[in-house]
Amino acid sequence: MGHRLNDRQTAPGASPAASIETLRLRARVIAQIRVFFQHQGVLEVETPVCSRAATTDPAIESLVTRYTGPGAPAGLPLYLHSSPEFPMKRLLAAGSGPIYQICKVFRDGEAGRLHNPEFTLLEWYRPGFDHHRLMDEVERLVGGLMPEPAVARRLSYRALFQQRLQIDPHPATAEQLRNCALQQGVPGVDRLELPHRDAWLDLLMTHCIEPAMEPGLCFVYDYPASQAALSRVRPGSPPLAERFELYLDGIELANGFHELTDAAEQQRRFERDLQARAAAGQPVVPMDRRFIAALDGGMPECAGVALGIDRLIMRLAGVDHIEQVIAFPLSRA
Amino acid sequence: MATYSTSEFKGGLKIMLDGDPCSIIENEFVKPGKGQAFSRVKIRNLKTGRVIERTFKSGDSVEAADVMEMDLQYLYSDGEFWHFMHPDTFEQVSADAAAVGDSVKWLKDQDMCTVTLWNGTPIIIEVPNFVNLTITETDPGLKGDTSGGGGKPATLETGAVVRVPLFVQTGELIKVDTRSGEYVSRAKEE
Repeated sequence: MGHRLNDRQTAPGASPAASIETLRLRARVIAQIRVFFQHQGVLEVETPVCSRAATTDPAIESLVTRYTGPGAPAGLPLYLHSSPEFPMKRLLAAGSGPIYQICKVFRDGEAGRLHNPEFTLLEWYRPGFDHHRLMDEVERLVGGLMPEPAVARRLSYRALFQQRLQIDPHPATAEQLRNCALQQGVPGVDRLELPHRDAWLDLLMTHCIEPAMEPGLCFVYDYPASQAALSRVRPGSPPLAERFELYLDGIELANGFHELTDAAEQQRRFERDLQARAAAGQPVVPMDRRFIAALDGGMPECAGVALGIDRLIMRLAGVDHIEQVIAFPLSRA
Repeated sequence: MATYSTSEFKGGLKIMLDGDPCSIIENEFVKPGKGQAFSRVKIRNLKTGRVIERTFKSGDSVEAADVMEMDLQYLYSDGEFWHFMHPDTFEQVSADAAAVGDSVKWLKDQDMCTVTLWNGTPIIIEVPNFVNLTITETDPGLKGDTSGGGGKPATLETGAVVRVPLFVQTGELIKVDTRSGEYVSRAKEE
């Protein structure tokens, strides 16, 4: 193997944060993913990184840039995508059939051990699948990339909370969830003010459940309807979001939906998000009306999932900071 | 009043928590992909030395603590307070027993110490890692005794007691590691 670039360091932060060995592993894994989808007959696509519309999700802030020139002489704000979801669904509505994309996505305000403001996402869509059938495929893909055979556990969101915290997350009030966090000894809960019930669920998930998860792959599915995002909600008591997450060693790796295809419901959710943004003083961003129009024109029933490549590489490389798998993370970008 | 938001949190940042000045040891950004972001922080209370954990909601802010570190010269103790002086400005501050803590065992006139001040008042006195102190009392060792074993106790000019080799005698200057409280070597007069 040739000499490492690190040896030629000339200024602090000039050398890559990831080792060349890790970058080779990264390239190998991405190549394997492409082979997997080629064998499955899933088409690789590209969609715009910069869009006129942004995600409305109040938990995700988009980075913004600006284009000025032919087509927009007065200048046009463009939002860097936080996931390629909307344009990929427009392709599905146009009859693309199953598609996947590997791309950089961007999120403002997110940097830490498991976050870099730009990161690599693998996102794919399967017409005719529901979220359970897509979990099977995620398991085949991720399991096939693991050095040892891996069988994923599957637990509903409710079962997960009941097993670990002896609380049913669906009927629990914010006050009950707060008391649960107090009992669990989450430090500083007595002084913590959170905006809504879902934030308390997120606190319990990140502080009590994730750290106690067994090693290996674990799917969590059927989320509270209030956390449906872009998934369909199955009527019932309580209604449940047909959404899943994949955890690897307690780290969130992928998020998937049995996709909402109802244009009117999608528009209502966007509007609700924007109201929540306005109320919280967050930027009220333009919703993707072309995406709504595509849903209105008819998008096939499908399931879709987004998987964080960097975190997957972290596990395969055996490192515990996302900077160790990215050549030039934020601190060196 | 100055405040810091969670996005400014990093190791070494001095903040007020529950009325006490604290130093952030470690800050972890925690966020579900589609959910609430948190800052999970390890913090040292500078008055008690205790390390605690605390979770903040991202975007919350906390009061900044007016904490600074200075290298000051130890002058003397009047029994209640320990007095230090800035070698350039001759400005003096006095520290109470709580601030001096275990450092009292190693404090020798004119030695330089790292003093942590909160709102201008010393809260931590750190002595150098190595200090030279004179032995005021130790049993005479047997000449030629080079046996490994434990050595013998010696009382130093500051009152501290350390174990020294048998050949070291009363009146000698020795070098001590203040972190472990162990004898290092004989020392020369400066």
